[in-house]
Amino acid sequence: MLLKTGARLGSSVCNAEVMVISAPDGDAELTCGGAAMAEAGAGGDKGTVSPDHSGGVQIGKRYVDADGTIELLCVKPGEGSLALNGTALALKDAKKLPKTD
Amino acid sequence: MNTMMILEMASSAFADRIAFTNSEDGTSITYQQLFDNSGKAAAAALASKNDHLAIRDVNSVAMPIGIFASSWAGLPFVPLNYRLTEPEIEALLARIKPTYLVTNDEHSTTYANQADITPVTRSDFLNQVIPNADTAEPWSMEPEDVAVLLFTSGTTGEPKAAILRQKHLVSYVLGSVEFASAEEDEAALVCVPPYHIAGIMAVLSSVYSGRRVVQLPNFDAQTWIKLARSEKITTAFLVPTMLSRIMEALEGEESANMPHLASLSYGGGKMPLSVLERAMKLFPNTEFTNAYGLTETSSTISVLGPEEHRIAAASEDSYARRRLVSVGVPMPGIEIEIRDDEGTVLPIDTAGEIYVRGEQVSGEYRGIGKVATDDGWFPTKDRGYTDSEGFLFIDGRADDIIVRGGENLSPGEIEDVLLLHDAVADVAIVGIPDEQWGEAVALAVVLKQDKSASEDELRDWVRERLRSSRVPQVVKYMAELPYNPTGKLLRRIIRDEFVA
Repeated sequence: MLLKTGARLGSSVCNAEVMVISAPDGDAELTCGGAAMAEAGAGGDKGTVSPDHSGGVQIGKRYVDADGTIELLCVKPGEGSLALNGTALALKDAKKLPKTD
Repeated sequence: MNTMMILEMASSAFADRIAFTNSEDGTSITYQQLFDNSGKAAAAALASKNDHLAIRDVNSVAMPIGIFASSWAGLPFVPLNYRLTEPEIEALLARIKPTYLVTNDEHSTTYANQADITPVTRSDFLNQVIPNADTAEPWSMEPEDVAVLLFTSGTTGEPKAAILRQKHLVSYVLGSVEFASAEEDEAALVCVPPYHIAGIMAVLSSVYSGRRVVQLPNFDAQTWIKLARSEKITTAFLVPTMLSRIMEALEGEESANMPHLASLSYGGGKMPLSVLERAMKLFPNTEFTNAYGLTETSSTISVLGPEEHRIAAASEDSYARRRLVSVGVPMPGIEIEIRDDEGTVLPIDTAGEIYVRGEQVSGEYRGIGKVATDDGWFPTKDRGYTDSEGFLFIDGRADDIIVRGGENLSPGEIEDVLLLHDAVADVAIVGIPDEQWGEAVALAVVLKQDKSASEDELRDWVRERLRSSRVPQVVKYMAELPYNPTGKLLRRIIRDEFVA
């Protein structure tokens, strides 16, 4: 599917939801728990989380690929883990910033 | 992208934490209540069939509800400057009709029969009786939706309506705050008004981090000090005039006696170095951060952090020590360039107009359109320069530049030098008409109590440190300088003092 910046996507096999912060150009296959993600709230049959993609996603954490083509923000946690075109996404390091407001 | 997503995440992670407390009337709301009330307020605003959600009131828990309800309903949030005169407020309202309008209880009848305004008092707004709020339509995730319409302070002319879209606000929050990064005992004291960009961002940043906000609707130094102690405040933002007042109120005390205050950030105007140095002594365990930003850039774009404060303050080298009066280095994801009038990028240590680019930068006004260049660079109309390590120094507004005999003089450069004088408490340099040179340099100066400095002494002080063209021709001693309530120096009024 075409990933749009700002869009909210949901897992089809767990409760995880993510927001797209940056997305690759063109078609990409984004999965959570081993199953394709879709527009959040789309409903449909809940399958099961694949044991190979069960690392989980945590609320407020960001997930990226090694090339920096995609960045997702987890807005609802779930048991499935994220992958782009079959490659698992990694947790992005939190940064330390001074409080400004 | 929608700021509501920020609140949804917070309310799911720490539903029962206190989100906001209004120190004046004692009302508090938890994150869950903030979420539920925002849903109800959104439904009410939508049912009223208006195009905006405006608020004419001091800070209260209605302010965060207003921000989130607007985003939920897909209406621009418009916080009005309640300090303006009635005709000025009328003029702003005319530009946002039809509007749903939250007012303080005093104005409960003011808008009763006005076309295109649906008034609601703060108390009614906070006690919406709407069943099934959770069945309200989900909010849009469209990044281009307008989140906030903010009238600029208009110190030089008619206020402009700056457009901030969902993508700008969300980018700022995601770029500057880690989710749930606040401990449960953290609390921010917010005393900037709702119509100030820092007031809006304080709401979003605090909610995303899970930090409790204590609101001080009407700033007063004594109350601020009392609250900081009693509420065990851990972080606060002040404009320079507020910090000056607090320092005056603490005069004679050896310590601020606020052991919980871990960080204090300031911005929105030039901080006199003497005030900052005194504050750093009085708050020895507090980290200081200087934040520079504009309404049009969704607040902070450049930061002088605690570590940079310490390094600059301890440096023996005057070039490095100067950084204490800088606004630090750009935030992650922000690019800054200094350009001349032709748009050519200038080298380091050379003053010109500050241009900025980044995801949080809007640079768009209603009725005027985008003023940013096609490749996203926004001309701030602020003048400044960067040094060899990228520290940004602000000279002031480009409009305040004095043109004397064809030479451009920055008031900020002369003011910085004068503020280093031991007898000087506050200064303003303005240009006044001059037959021979076009403009002459005029100095308005406030001396410290029990200190004196003659006109010649001040002129010599400048002459020894800057080129002779910077030496003030006219000097006026004043008891205090005129500032607007959010800390902006009103140079126009000072200029009038000289010309009158």
